[in-house]
Amino acid sequence: MSTHQPYGSDRSGGRPPGPREPVRPLLEVAGLEVSFAARRRTRTRVLKGVSFDIRPAETFGLVGESGSGKTTIGRAVLGLVPVQAGTITFDGERIERAAPRRRRELSRDLQVIFQDPYTSLNPSFSIGDTLMEPLIAQGTADREARGRVGELLERVRLPADAADRLPREFSGGQRQRVAIARALALRPKLIVCDEPVSALDLTTQHTVLELLLEIQEQTAVSYLFVSHDLSVVRYMSHRVAVIHQGELVETGEADQVTARPEHPYTRALMLSAPVADVHEQRRRRRELAQETGVS
Amino acid sequence: MSGTPAPRRGVPGRLLRHPLGLVSALVLGLIVLAVLLAPVLAAQGPGVSELRDSFRGPSGGHPFGFDSAGRDVLSRLLYGGRTTLGGAVLSVVVALTLGVPAGLAAGYYGRWFDGVASWVSDLIMALPAMVVLLASRAVLGSTAWVLMVVLGFLVAPAFFRLVRGIVVQVRGELYVDAARVSGLRDARIISRHVLIVVRGPIIIQIALVAGVAIGLQAGLEFLGIGSGDGAPTWGAMLNEAFQNIQRAPLLLLWPGLALGLSSGALVLLAAALRDVLEDRGGSTDRAVRRTAEAPVAPEPAAGDERAALLSVRGLAVAYTLPDGSDREVVHGVDLDVRPGEVVGLVGESGSGKTQTAFSVLGLLPEGGRVSRGSVLIEGQEVVGLSERRHRALRGDVVAYVPQEPMSNLDPAFTIGAQLVEPIRCKLGLSRKEAAARALELLRMVEIADPERAFRSYPHQISGGMAQRVLIAGAMSCEPRLLIADEPTTALDVRVQAEILALLRRLQRERDLGILLVTHNLGVVADLCDRVAVMREGRIVESGTAEQVLHAPADPYTRGLLDAVLDHVPARPAWRPRKATT
Repeated sequence: MSTHQPYGSDRSGGRPPGPREPVRPLLEVAGLEVSFAARRRTRTRVLKGVSFDIRPAETFGLVGESGSGKTTIGRAVLGLVPVQAGTITFDGERIERAAPRRRRELSRDLQVIFQDPYTSLNPSFSIGDTLMEPLIAQGTADREARGRVGELLERVRLPADAADRLPREFSGGQRQRVAIARALALRPKLIVCDEPVSALDLTTQHTVLELLLEIQEQTAVSYLFVSHDLSVVRYMSHRVAVIHQGELVETGEADQVTARPEHPYTRALMLSAPVADVHEQRRRRRELAQETGVS
Repeated sequence: MSGTPAPRRGVPGRLLRHPLGLVSALVLGLIVLAVLLAPVLAAQGPGVSELRDSFRGPSGGHPFGFDSAGRDVLSRLLYGGRTTLGGAVLSVVVALTLGVPAGLAAGYYGRWFDGVASWVSDLIMALPAMVVLLASRAVLGSTAWVLMVVLGFLVAPAFFRLVRGIVVQVRGELYVDAARVSGLRDARIISRHVLIVVRGPIIIQIALVAGVAIGLQAGLEFLGIGSGDGAPTWGAMLNEAFQNIQRAPLLLLWPGLALGLSSGALVLLAAALRDVLEDRGGSTDRAVRRTAEAPVAPEPAAGDERAALLSVRGLAVAYTLPDGSDREVVHGVDLDVRPGEVVGLVGESGSGKTQTAFSVLGLLPEGGRVSRGSVLIEGQEVVGLSERRHRALRGDVVAYVPQEPMSNLDPAFTIGAQLVEPIRCKLGLSRKEAAARALELLRMVEIADPERAFRSYPHQISGGMAQRVLIAGAMSCEPRLLIADEPTTALDVRVQAEILALLRRLQRERDLGILLVTHNLGVVADLCDRVAVMREGRIVESGTAEQVLHAPADPYTRGLLDAVLDHVPARPAWRPRKATT
């Protein structure tokens, strides 16, 4: 089932121009199409041929509005939604139609942090049990797993006694740290971060982002970082793609896409997000009005 | 069920603390114990009959006396319980083995299995149980056990539907997705994450179904169409006693009592289990005291200039906890909004900003109240104002724009109907005039095709359009103060920019005062003239938007601004590295 790609092969369409090191991408998505059954035997196309790649220890940011399909990309990579067409190649192996057994093995390398820290943790499981779950599922011995839980809690800076407590005793930011610890449990190569901070307060958001950066620095994990917030994506990502109605409209280096976007849609997104500076915001408002005709 | 950690009291423990649960469990336990110990307790076998003893009253070893055939009533009662209760257990077991796995599979996997299983379940439910039982007796023979298996088959859909419904909900939870990504097998996900949720409702259902099974079986026996094999059952005893009701009415009492006690205890046990299992919050459901006490009289404004439109002084909000004590969440807030001014109320979750806004509206949730302070709206004190007069103020002078536009529209009515009704009620216009006014309002909030929006249902419009509709509704009585609680938080940035522009235009054209509750400092910079920063129920800093955003005085405000990512440099380009994991 796996087709190994030669080193540095370029199968994706959404790459920015310029010289690139011949590093084999960790994840390559090419021509990805996903659709959901709608009424009367019709299907809604959610992704219409999406292509991008992520290199080892790289953060690839994915920005879009609600309904743009950004979350679906992450879910397709994780195997949580069926893929209609296109390929997903992870570490040289085609995984878009991986068998259930292979999919379970892949979870060692491929993990997720969801948006909502309130529903992503089972309310009746202690934090320790939640963190043990992936370890036990992958055959780690009970005793070893317990030790690893301690390490993980320390890694995300939660107190060691958190293991015996229930999610409801923790704040949103702390729960998101638990979700990060769960994602790290198996030492994955890629973590899909699906709006990991958009449910959090501003200051909490900042510390969680710092934690994610620090973890990447230490473990060389790659992130597929999905968010609606251009400034968060800019802060986190090496490269950024903008998705609009199931298509990537612009892909490039973070600074270029988020500060000097070329596509009119990206420009509108950038100018629409208000900044906490009265004068700057007045200027942006005028610019947006010129560009889109919004008064 | 491996690893269900519970730092709380277990279900049996909590059940025993529940008075109803304790009594019903005790009664049921005694009955079951007595029936199990029948060979020890009974004076003689259930079939031993001595014709000269017939209808003899209670005596030494025979406390309930003898029946028409001279058999010991107590012995028959004890042995009969074996058939009756055993039959109920059999029915429940059959129903569980059929219903629960099918419900789990149908709920979790859906697709064709769900379709087929749901269809079969509906079909079984549509069958008249009595008729099927009678027919199966004719076909399959007349042992009690066969009938109970059939009964179990007939009540299996009760378990199927219950389990399926819950599983469909749980399957959509993110923690189930997370478990799949963790590499868990489906069987393990079901046993760990799904069973734990359906366990409680199943236990309750078991108690109910067992009660029904006992009743139905007794009913069949009583009608004389139960088992024909002469084995004693409570229903059959009831039947025999009924035939001799004139001669020995007491014979009716004992089996009736046994049946009543056991099915009654089961129903009450189910109710107690429901209380115990479904009370997850931990706190008691004791009714929260509805407090309408008059708050402490507002302190006189000593040489303090108060704004003409909205002026809040020393506002405190307290909640009554279930144990009767009070918890204050807002501790003395001062706030002013002048006509035509936009004031931002900024803070993180739990800072009390929404509580402050709701006190101005007089719409604090159950249990909450203004415990002290003063709120003047156009010079009128609203703290302690009667609900009727407060309602008159809302809409006329103060209007409200909520955070979640979609959940604030009723999906069952068209946009037009939802706008027209309050307009008619508030302004006393005719239906036609109100419709014209609603269209005018929709035009005012820049909806491109007002007639079409008027006819649409909420699910047919976008979130941004829904927020425009709510703003139109808020403006219907030309209020002078608008209280907007995170009006753009649920919206995409491009729509947010449009809504902010709309609010700005309304404020400018109508000299509208706006109290804008938000956590977004960019929104403050965009729209607000002045801003107050709230933290833990207090205002830590207030001033013009420019002062607060550009030269914050309070360390908390500085911390907030530092967390804003507007001006951080983008991450530098990726470089390959020698990764050692």
